[in-house]
Amino acid sequence: MALQVVTANRLIDGRVVFLADGYRWVEEIGSARVADGEEPAKALLAIGEKAAADRIVVAPYLIDVSSDGARITPTRYREVLRALGPSSHPAFGRSPSATLAAQR
Amino acid sequence: MYQYDSYDRTLVDERVAQFRDQVQRRVAGELSEDEFKPLRLMNGLYLQLHAYMLRIAIPYGTLSTAQLRKLADIGRRYDRGYGHFTTRQNLQFNWIRLEDTPDILAELASVEMHAIQTSGNCIRNVTADHFAGVAGDEIEDPRIYCEIIRQWSTFHPEFSFLPRKFKIAVTGSPHDRAAVKVHDIGLRMHRNEAGEIGFEVLVGGGQGRTPVIAKTIRPFLPKRHLLSYLEAILRIYNQLGRRDNLYKSRIKILVDSVGVDRFTQLVEEEWQQIRDGYLDLPAAEIERIRAFFAPPPYRALDAQVPEYEAALRRDFRFARWVRTNVTPHKRPGYAIVTLSLKPTGGIPGDATDAQMEAVADLADRYGFGELRVSHEQNLVLPDVTKADLYELWKQLETLELATPNIGLAGDIIACPGLDYCALANARSIPVAQQISKHFSDLTRLLDIGELKIKISGCINACGHHHVGHIGILGVDKHGSEFYQITLGGSADENAAIGDIVGPSFGATEVVGAVETIIDTYLHVREGGERFLDTYRRVGLKPFKEKLYAAH
Amino acid sequence: MPLIRATGVVDDPWLFVPDEEQLPEAGAVIVTLARWQANRDQLLARPTPLGLRLKSDQPPSLVAGDVERFDVIALEFPKFTNGRAYSSARLLRERYGFRGELRAVGNVLRDQLALMRRCGFDSYEIPPQVDAAAWLSSLGGISVVYQPATDERASVLTLRHGTPEGQGRGDAGAHSRDPIAPTPSTSTRVG
Repeated sequence: MALQVVTANRLIDGRVVFLADGYRWVEEIGSARVADGEEPAKALLAIGEKAAADRIVVAPYLIDVSSDGARITPTRYREVLRALGPSSHPAFGRSPSATLAAQR
Repeated sequence: MYQYDSYDRTLVDERVAQFRDQVQRRVAGELSEDEFKPLRLMNGLYLQLHAYMLRIAIPYGTLSTAQLRKLADIGRRYDRGYGHFTTRQNLQFNWIRLEDTPDILAELASVEMHAIQTSGNCIRNVTADHFAGVAGDEIEDPRIYCEIIRQWSTFHPEFSFLPRKFKIAVTGSPHDRAAVKVHDIGLRMHRNEAGEIGFEVLVGGGQGRTPVIAKTIRPFLPKRHLLSYLEAILRIYNQLGRRDNLYKSRIKILVDSVGVDRFTQLVEEEWQQIRDGYLDLPAAEIERIRAFFAPPPYRALDAQVPEYEAALRRDFRFARWVRTNVTPHKRPGYAIVTLSLKPTGGIPGDATDAQMEAVADLADRYGFGELRVSHEQNLVLPDVTKADLYELWKQLETLELATPNIGLAGDIIACPGLDYCALANARSIPVAQQISKHFSDLTRLLDIGELKIKISGCINACGHHHVGHIGILGVDKHGSEFYQITLGGSADENAAIGDIVGPSFGATEVVGAVETIIDTYLHVREGGERFLDTYRRVGLKPFKEKLYAAH
Repeated sequence: MPLIRATGVVDDPWLFVPDEEQLPEAGAVIVTLARWQANRDQLLARPTPLGLRLKSDQPPSLVAGDVERFDVIALEFPKFTNGRAYSSARLLRERYGFRGELRAVGNVLRDQLALMRRCGFDSYEIPPQVDAAAWLSSLGGISVVYQPATDERASVLTLRHGTPEGQGRGDAGAHSRDPIAPTPSTSTRVG
């Protein structure tokens, strides 16, 4: 069962964002809308691409994640770094507990 | 250093206005990202993992203190209070907002700086020896010609959409501190038999996926032909360089595929058509620019400075720092000081805005208001009197810029890697930090001696790992970070590409592997051999055996 | 596709005839290099002006001796990132003495017009639906140029030192700068 979220960089400031409910883009992966399966993922990406056309974000794409109910964690380490911030500058990142916790 | 005249100022000011308009058109939707991307790249603006990264040009690595203060100010107001000095003598800010960039560029223009052509498929920052103008072995200051090339290449209408990026470096000394042999074009200044100074022209060097040492295509080029000859080379490359494959587009691939003789012939044939024409470099322009690089008002000092020598005897920590971080100056009584941006366990090449401000003050007090950036990611105060060295050192210590490790294993070169860079496969900064911490014993570092460790987070080799004495390349193996080690690389006049030692090492094994390599060297070295000397004598075998003994 | 010159949007009297299409008996046509090489004599025998379209991998040296046969040469930019045509343009003007209309076609972007102009182009095929006036405003580019190129603008080197320019460009220095001047000899026959 493949879980995915859509991520991109915001056009105006380049910050990492995730597609959340209601066409919002958020910086915390914990609030991202999770797509379960190929069709929902395609639909989610289509929303992302519309946002790119609307100049809200740049280059949206799908990433694999796992969810244990409380946290959403990207599968690829590169995406973990994008979600959390650089490991070399913890002060510039988002703390794991704040970031990965799924909000209800 | 070079100062803008009204033409230079007009150019950067109009460029800022042009880019402001381009950003506005992008935000308004008149430009797609595909169309905007080359435009922002040609203004040094990348979209990286976490934000936009702005790469500011520091032409041939020379900065005034006013410029450094502006960089500190920009870092403070528009970024997160620090900047990263790169292997091409530029400065990168990692947390930039697109909407701020036109204002940032305007601020840079106010101190005669820009981010023009620090990215994109065009001619990039022309780099030089970071000891230019003050090194004892210098034939002529290469920065004069770097500035000439900089202007000729800026917004060159024919060469703004090359097959790929193009990097030029110039050395004015026989000992090459500018790594010219691993550049697309390397220029080595030297004298011909008649005693005239000109350029050896080397083409097709580079790192990345296919590392190559540049080949000489013209042993001696008189100065007046500099621009016409470069134009000929670039024209051949623009026409014949591959456009179909991103990884085969550099000029090194072209030189390799047609052969250096044929390539030389093509360049010479084109050059014959355009030489002695409107691209002839006027002697008046050389002299005009030379005047900006005239020696500053040095005082007539004695070579022997009693208080300095007394301090050396009295304070062994000062003496230790002098030994590694201070280089002889061509003027008696002066010294060249390298500020280490490699504190133990720190991030190589990073400086905070506070450090930059402090360094600017020091460059004013202990110099002539100028400093340098080296491609090994350190800063240089080029004109410190020996009498001032002790005072300077104490202040550098409080700023954490006096780690006595220049040229030693702690003086690590590392790209930002996967922590920041969208191109990377693995992180490089934590590896640098671990190695640095492991070799924090300064006595041991000195005993090991000269050892250049260079780390890249991907095959693009921005960390210059191919020319490290020990090179480390981050790779992605089944989703995990692994590190491939090379040995015996060198970036100087005896340039060499490092040899791959064997299968890659996991993230937790790298430090141990480096330790094994160094132990092996210490075990087999003879006389006063540096690591590189030992490697050249004994080859890969002893290292390979020790590293993979358990496998 | 709309065509612009320094003066503004202009009508395009030329017809580009791809290889697979038949040539009309008369009328100003632009043909490919392949067609020119295969049918040179017939093309020269036509009563109407002739144009040539070169792909980015077709060096102008291939028509070096024949440039005066063409009233227009169109150089393709297959993708805007492929900058070969900038060199081709300069060579056509400065090496081979082409004096007719030098047209940029293909993936032409607004922010490249100034560069193209400096390399000797004098007309530009732009995408439909764009604001042509806005595009034209980009044609001038930055008012200061560091290096000499094909256009006659004085480089900063010249402005600083008064070095005479125009040397080394052969007789191509006389190429038409007036965008609506009739092209030599055959202009009266443009339909």
